[in-house]
Amino acid sequence: MDILAAVSGNIATIGYGIAAIGPGIGIGLLVAKTQEATARQPEVSGLLRANMFIGAALVEALGLIGLVAGFLFK
Amino acid sequence: MSILVQAAALPAVLPAVLQAKSSGPDWPTLDDFFPPDFIGGGGLLPLNRVGLVRLVAIIILAVLLILGARSLKVVPTRASGIFEYCVNFVKKQIADEILGEEAGRRYLPLIATIFFTVLALNITGVIPFFNVSSNGVVAMPLVLAIIAWVAFIVAGIRAHGAGHYFKAALFPAGAPKLLYIILTPIEFISTFVLRPFTLTIRLMANMISGHFLLAAFYVMTEYLLLHAAAALKGVAVVSFAAVIAFTAFEIFVAALQAYIFALLTSVYISLALEEH
Repeated sequence: MDILAAVSGNIATIGYGIAAIGPGIGIGLLVAKTQEATARQPEVSGLLRANMFIGAALVEALGLIGLVAGFLFK
Repeated sequence: MSILVQAAALPAVLPAVLQAKSSGPDWPTLDDFFPPDFIGGGGLLPLNRVGLVRLVAIIILAVLLILGARSLKVVPTRASGIFEYCVNFVKKQIADEILGEEAGRRYLPLIATIFFTVLALNITGVIPFFNVSSNGVVAMPLVLAIIAWVAFIVAGIRAHGAGHYFKAALFPAGAPKLLYIILTPIEFISTFVLRPFTLTIRLMANMISGHFLLAAFYVMTEYLLLHAAAALKGVAVVSFAAVIAFTAFEIFVAALQAYIFALLTSVYISLALEEH
């Protein structure tokens, strides 16, 4: 069979792109919901913001593990 | 190559530059974080460029903090006002918010130390001629994560006693007995293994990706300006604008990561204190 298209280089380079999809959606949801909650109850905005960053840090870790994995498994 | 990146990565990329100037920009590599030692190579206490940056950053931080603490007055000057604002931010927004007034006061020294150390070591990634964050090498984030790990375990043991703390952490109350076969390994891994692991990876990967982002736009600007075809030289303006934008973004990330590291440390301590 003839080869129609070929990609040279390492497939690991697209790994981070895939790894960023999930955390991207996750952080989007987190920030959106925090904004919504802050609009409803501005008086607890400090606690909401702290909780948002905790959640964002946990979600973000997944994306960053994807970045590191690209360097580890060449 | 731009002069800034040259200063950051000269020893590592010089051979490559001499061989292949015409083939394309010299993209940043992981070697930027592992330059050759210039003191005590292979010995007990080797020192390379990243280690020197770390040392200088810590000395500057220590001097600033000592000067700030000495100049405290009822009516602060502008410089000590900035110092008070930073310490107050850590106290109000991190320690008191998560741990409450009483425990917050007890753990403020630890949390403030972690916050300012991470901030000082992160910010060197955007300062000209330093151009590298020593948190991009796994050693420093790992040490900070181990400090946080020991801190929350000790906090739990002091508050509840060793037996009670580990029992509460590993065998969550209220679950059916049979479920502990699955629950206990999951709790063990997520509490005692993944917490320090993710603290380390989050900080390290943020600093590595920040360095790549900045250095990539530096070398792209330089390449487009000096080596690319005439029609492409205009794109260098866009690329240089990206350098400025991402430098501002990296300053934000440096502060954000310091905030998150300190915040998560206090969350872990507060979870250990509340365990019952």
